[in-house]
Amino acid sequence: MAYVIEGSTGAWEVVIGLEVHAQIISASKLFSGAATAFGAEPNTQVSFVDAAFPGMLPVINRVCVAQAVRTGLGLRAHINLVSRFDRKNYFYPDLPPGYQISQFAHPIVGAGVIEIELADGSTRSIGVTRLHMEQDAGKSLHDQHPGKSCIDLNRAGVALMEIVSEPDLRSPEEAGAYVRKLRSILRYLGTCDGNMEEGSLRADVNVSVRKHGEPYRTRCEVKNVNSIRFVMLAVEAEAMRQVAVWEAGGTVQQETRLFDSGRGVTRPMRSKEDAHDYRYFPDPDLFPLVLDEDWVEQLRRALPELPDEKRARFMRDYGLSAYDAGVLVAEQATALYFEAVARGRDAKQAANWVTGDLFATLNRSGRTIEDSPVSAASLGRMLDLVADGTINGRIAKDVFDAMAETGLAPDAIVQQRGLRQVTDTGAIDAAVAAVLAANPDKVAEFRGGKDKLFGFFVGQVMREMRGKGNPGLVNEALKQALT
Amino acid sequence: MFALTLAGARAALRARQVSARELTDAYLGAIEALNPRLNAYITPTPELARRQADAADAALARGEAGPLAGIPLAIKDLFCTAGVRTTAGSRILAPFVPPYESTVTANLLRDGAVFLGKANLDEFAMGSSNMTSAFGPVTSPWTRTGDAAPLVPGGSSGGSAAAVAARLALGATATDTGGSIRQPASFCGVAGIKPTYGRCSRWGIVAFASSLDQAGPLARTVEDCAILLGSMAGHDPKDSTSADRPVPDFAAACRRGVRGLRIGVPREYRSDGMPPEIEALWQQGLAWLRAAGAETVDVSLPHTKYGLATYYIVAPAEASSNLARYDGVRFGARSEGGDLLEMYENTRAEGFGAEVRRRILIGTYVLSAGYYDAYYLRAQKVRALILRDFTEAFHNVDALLTPTAPSAAFPQGERMDDPVKMYLNDVFTVPASMSGIPGLSVPAGLDARGLPLGLQVLGKPFDEETVFAVGAALERAAGFAALPALRAGG
Amino acid sequence: MSLDPVTVRRIAKLARIRVEDSQVPRLQAELNGILGWIEQLNEVDVDGVEPLTGGAQMALRLREDAVTDGGIPEQVLANAPDRAGDFFAVPKVVE
Ligand SMILES: [Mg+2]
Ligand SMILES: [Zn+2]
Repeated sequence: MAYVIEGSTGAWEVVIGLEVHAQIISASKLFSGAATAFGAEPNTQVSFVDAAFPGMLPVINRVCVAQAVRTGLGLRAHINLVSRFDRKNYFYPDLPPGYQISQFAHPIVGAGVIEIELADGSTRSIGVTRLHMEQDAGKSLHDQHPGKSCIDLNRAGVALMEIVSEPDLRSPEEAGAYVRKLRSILRYLGTCDGNMEEGSLRADVNVSVRKHGEPYRTRCEVKNVNSIRFVMLAVEAEAMRQVAVWEAGGTVQQETRLFDSGRGVTRPMRSKEDAHDYRYFPDPDLFPLVLDEDWVEQLRRALPELPDEKRARFMRDYGLSAYDAGVLVAEQATALYFEAVARGRDAKQAANWVTGDLFATLNRSGRTIEDSPVSAASLGRMLDLVADGTINGRIAKDVFDAMAETGLAPDAIVQQRGLRQVTDTGAIDAAVAAVLAANPDKVAEFRGGKDKLFGFFVGQVMREMRGKGNPGLVNEALKQALT
Repeated sequence: MFALTLAGARAALRARQVSARELTDAYLGAIEALNPRLNAYITPTPELARRQADAADAALARGEAGPLAGIPLAIKDLFCTAGVRTTAGSRILAPFVPPYESTVTANLLRDGAVFLGKANLDEFAMGSSNMTSAFGPVTSPWTRTGDAAPLVPGGSSGGSAAAVAARLALGATATDTGGSIRQPASFCGVAGIKPTYGRCSRWGIVAFASSLDQAGPLARTVEDCAILLGSMAGHDPKDSTSADRPVPDFAAACRRGVRGLRIGVPREYRSDGMPPEIEALWQQGLAWLRAAGAETVDVSLPHTKYGLATYYIVAPAEASSNLARYDGVRFGARSEGGDLLEMYENTRAEGFGAEVRRRILIGTYVLSAGYYDAYYLRAQKVRALILRDFTEAFHNVDALLTPTAPSAAFPQGERMDDPVKMYLNDVFTVPASMSGIPGLSVPAGLDARGLPLGLQVLGKPFDEETVFAVGAALERAAGFAALPALRAGG
Repeated sequence: MSLDPVTVRRIAKLARIRVEDSQVPRLQAELNGILGWIEQLNEVDVDGVEPLTGGAQMALRLREDAVTDGGIPEQVLANAPDRAGDFFAVPKVVE
């Protein structure tokens, strides 16, 4: 069902386009040999090139180019074998040369596409307009000093990919799904760590509203939104604001805004108030970037399996539902884990354990799948113990919890705690007899026709056996004893 | 001692007829005596020079001397020199001490050169007269016969050219963006070459217009220029526009001769306003080359006349962006203001001189929204046509010969009222800059008032060898021996 | 095309160069003089000509991805007109 904002003048459609800035994973910066690690002491990862000292010149980093090409390939986009760097000129203290080296007229990657998956199970194709490389700016800190802003240039010159979507998104949910999917692809490719808290992935959200069937109205850009939840909230807040402006008879002004997550509203960005005239022109310090077609082919051949392909394969090869497959491929580590568990076993069971108990355990402990207390090998082995009848399904839950707690292998836990399933019919018959003897009234009711009580007897017998009875044999023994 | 050329001094040093320390002390003494009148140096570096001279003597004694061991040079104050103030002739960089050495000067140091000091220049290399330096104008060591009026040395490498002409250095580094090596060479009666774009690294040279800036030497002779360029040139991975090509033996090329070469004479350079004595010298130069066995051929460069107008779009546009880094935040002078915007505006209004401000404004305008296509993009297309003219001409000829400048040196203060009039100084040098091809100015004669005039040899990209061969032939034929009135050892 | 005083001020603002009102007429005249002279380029037929960015056109060289620089905060900060600890300092900015 389409997302609309019901205003006093009718329903409004929201039109959203996203510009995502993704920090390229590389050891050194786009045009200098300074390091890119997060969280270093101020101005320690700065070369004279980054600080734009007189006479300093940019030299481009091969890995950054490869990462941009690989990302383009991952977005099924056109790779431009000739691209070029332009200067975007503006003054700001965290932009040392007074210009950002960016690709304006001739980006390295052209049109591509991202498939997004929505909660109702549907998917949509969102157009990617382009991807270009550019430099990040430094960081201005405004609260370190009473009268001054403080400038740290560690981030200045770090390589970014700016990935621009078509205005194809129509709801906060879609905007969130787009960023989630893009982040997933980037992580698969290893071209961006996707860490939004550290600013490795930031979204500029372009929002406008219109009545159904109208051409686009004026859009506003909400800058530097740094979580998926905030992207969704910013879209909503900005769309509501614009509807209110239009409906009050006003006009939305094209402007740059910031999302105030504390108050859940957007506000104009003061420092961006004056109209910009970026005076783009080709950077004369850099010749055009010409890619070798064979090199691009090599990169294409070496791409990992990406989420969409993996999801299709999981559905095909493991018989998983679209939903389960989607959940399992969102993170490459999860998919790897799942496949290690599922290979040669009951894949649906494996999927249930991973998306159920494992995810719950990780959530509770705040750990990631990479440092899961239960290894894929252990979980797989535990499923084997269930399959070969060593333990029953109920005990498996206890074994899993014990593995999560102790990190021990399932065999050791079963051994130490005596959780091996009881198949000795003598012991089962004894337990059945004891339960029937203790509940003569219930036995009478059952025999009087109250079939539903059978479950009660099973439960009691299992309790008597501390859960370890073989469920099939227990059923068998009860049926015999009760008839 | 001051009569020695760079090549001669090198031989004398190797023969231990003179020590590097003696040579350096002599030049330092000359600077102390004459620089107050010429203002060719902004920052003399006597201690550094003596240290380097002593090191050169030690290397000479060990027999490990580099090709320039003990040769005292002036360094245009556009080259960053580690630990030595580098001003670019601007107030805004007056306090700037770079912690790094430009690649070109590092190459010279590697080869044993001695740096006497930082030479004066037009502010940020923008000018043709050296009148725009924040450290005061450079006075040419030359004067007109019977007229004491101080003359300009040309620009922007006017301090370098004046220092070489007045024998305050054996040679100098310079840079050329539209003629800033060749025009002062012509005005001061010295030789100077702007090599092919990409021949010398731009790393560590304060940028004016990145697509045009090239470093090159100024020296007394063509051979001296060849020796210096051999050290300055070479591939530098730190400059993406530096050419990855071997450096030929330029000095050897000076001895090649011109027999069999085809020398082009661009007919469009014969502008209506050209003074007859410059026209005459040009014809003389062609005659000398024919006498030495070359053939002269008329060629057409139909778009060269647009070179200057193109230049005054491209160079200011690039400069407006290159000079944005002078904002009072990380280095250089700052003028305070109530807020960030005021700080920026005050810093740049007070830090830059009038000509630099003017060019930044022009550059900002031609790149601004709505004007880019009409100015900048059109200029880039005309630039392509200028290069095409040269490329076609070079299908037919090995080199071109033109005058270097449309006039001899002029008095300080002249042509200051009209920027365009000043820009016309570079009319003959700019087309080569726009095309990236090498150009050499050779002193070839004197005008009626006793001032030097240069001829310009232009060559194919990366064919400096032919340029040197032609230049050396001209030099031999011209036998230019005139000396400025004001000079060391004079 | 010729510059009016408003444009002169706008350009100066873009370039972050303070221009006093009293300077505007002179600047306007100088800039218009230069731009008027530049207009001669309009007579050149540039149809179908590919713009040339620089005097040499080679393919861009790519450097290897290695940390070879940085780690010199004192040198980077040594020329700063104002600093606050290990930061460059500027008049306070409100975003
Ligand atoms: Mg944006
Ligand atoms: Zn961007």
